[in-house]
Amino acid sequence: MTQFLPLRDALAEHVPDGACIALEGFTHLIPFAAGHELIRQGRRGLHLVRMTPDLIYDQLIGAGAARKLTFSWGGNPGVGSLHRLRDAVEQGWPGPLELNEQTHAGMAAAYRAGAARLPFGMLRGYIGTDLSSHNPRIRKVACPYTGEELATVPAINPDVTILHAQRADRAGNVAIDGIVGSAREAALAATKLLVTVEEIVEAMPPAMNNVLLPHFTVTAVSHCPGGAWPSYAQGYYSRDNDFYLRWDSIARDRAAFTAWIDRHVRGTADHRDFLASIQRSAA
Amino acid sequence: MSDYTRDEMMTVAAARLLADGQVCFVGIGLPSAACNLARLTHAPKLVLIYESGTIGTRPTVLPLSIGDGELAETAVCVVPLPEIFSDYLQAGRVDVGFLGAAQIDRFGNLNSTVIGSYEKPRTRLPGAGGATEIAAHARQVFIVMKATPRSFVPKIDFQTSGGHFSGRAASGARGGGPAVIVTDLGILKPLVGSKEFALSVLYPGIPVEEARAAVGWPLAVAPEIETIAAPTASELVVLRALEARTEAAHRKPVRLPI
Repeated sequence: MTQFLPLRDALAEHVPDGACIALEGFTHLIPFAAGHELIRQGRRGLHLVRMTPDLIYDQLIGAGAARKLTFSWGGNPGVGSLHRLRDAVEQGWPGPLELNEQTHAGMAAAYRAGAARLPFGMLRGYIGTDLSSHNPRIRKVACPYTGEELATVPAINPDVTILHAQRADRAGNVAIDGIVGSAREAALAATKLLVTVEEIVEAMPPAMNNVLLPHFTVTAVSHCPGGAWPSYAQGYYSRDNDFYLRWDSIARDRAAFTAWIDRHVRGTADHRDFLASIQRSAA
Repeated sequence: MSDYTRDEMMTVAAARLLADGQVCFVGIGLPSAACNLARLTHAPKLVLIYESGTIGTRPTVLPLSIGDGELAETAVCVVPLPEIFSDYLQAGRVDVGFLGAAQIDRFGNLNSTVIGSYEKPRTRLPGAGGATEIAAHARQVFIVMKATPRSFVPKIDFQTSGGHFSGRAASGARGGGPAVIVTDLGILKPLVGSKEFALSVLYPGIPVEEARAAVGWPLAVAPEIETIAAPTASELVVLRALEARTEAAHRKPVRLPI
């Protein structure tokens, strides 16, 4: 049975310190509200998994919540560096960060394998790159039929995957429109799936081909309007490109970053309060 | 028309390399501008794929990120990201992949991972993303980078994506590797045999010596250097209108979802 819980309770119940968690959503539907709530609750020692760490993991890393990062592209899209990620890797601040670095194709294969409960993902990939000599998890297998050597990556099976979606119905079915990235694969690869949604509706129209996670795959749903800001929710609000540009100067400096987190995340009660705090500071 | 910037010349030069109907795997920034310029001028049937899963997208403004809503709203279809990499790119359905990087060597090998050592980097860069498999499997790769001795180096610090590396033929890479390096001064193409990149095209008014000075290794020069035409008036009108629309769209304040 899918639980319907306030976000605070869902994370308190299902995400312990040290958990391996994937907050997915490729540029679109990034579960920022959930990431912020993990910072508020002072979670520590997390293994963070995401193809593109984006601002959400920059914030979790800078706030000291992470011990390890599995990722495939760690920049601020169209802007430049993720300064908190860089500071952790280059200077070990606020603590050391172990990296499990992949390519997009490799990580996508690892999620697909995880969703299918296979031990590894396989691809014709990691060709002509030094990455495989620095990441011992990237290995090779010979095709039993042709002998061709193919790359393998161990399946990714997060303890908890967290998504943001447009809608859930009262049964706990979850629908996503627009860019889906690896959301579906990451969701089905996890032991538990938590979803924050813009809206809870009585019932959804038949899904046809849009991405739907059936209720028996969904551990808990939390109603959280605006939960993807500053990323976006197709049909609800646009990506706040201006905030992504401004993040560069906030995150560049340790003190400025910590002041921002203290004021807007640690200093607010929940996501509604967070958005109000952002609005006040912009006024 | 002589009044244009080097960035504009570079974008136009890259756009002209695209043939109508080709399937292009597009990155953000200059490649996105070049592909959309081609689509809006000589190649209306160009199929643009962004790694976020949007296929056949026809954005009216350029995206800031690879997954802006604009790309999904104007796409023929939107598929999950794993499908883009396995069933389109790896399956050999991409004609042209665009790449850039922080460092490049004379064989078109690219570094977008670290400056310094991998374990103790001086500068940690974003990493591979889609680049490694684009470099391996796109039928042709077009590299787009401004030429400076800091980025065009004798030896890259880390090989993120393979160009014409030794052993490529037996590596499992299905694509042909980098076909061109489009810079802000001219275009480099691989020499027959060695596959070392040589200066092959110069933009109007750029002397060979300036191009050679912008590269951190002794740049080979093709037996015949071609000079290509300056951007035409219509190319500039379309490109500038696209950039103006983009700037206005990105400046538009977004209402907080509150």
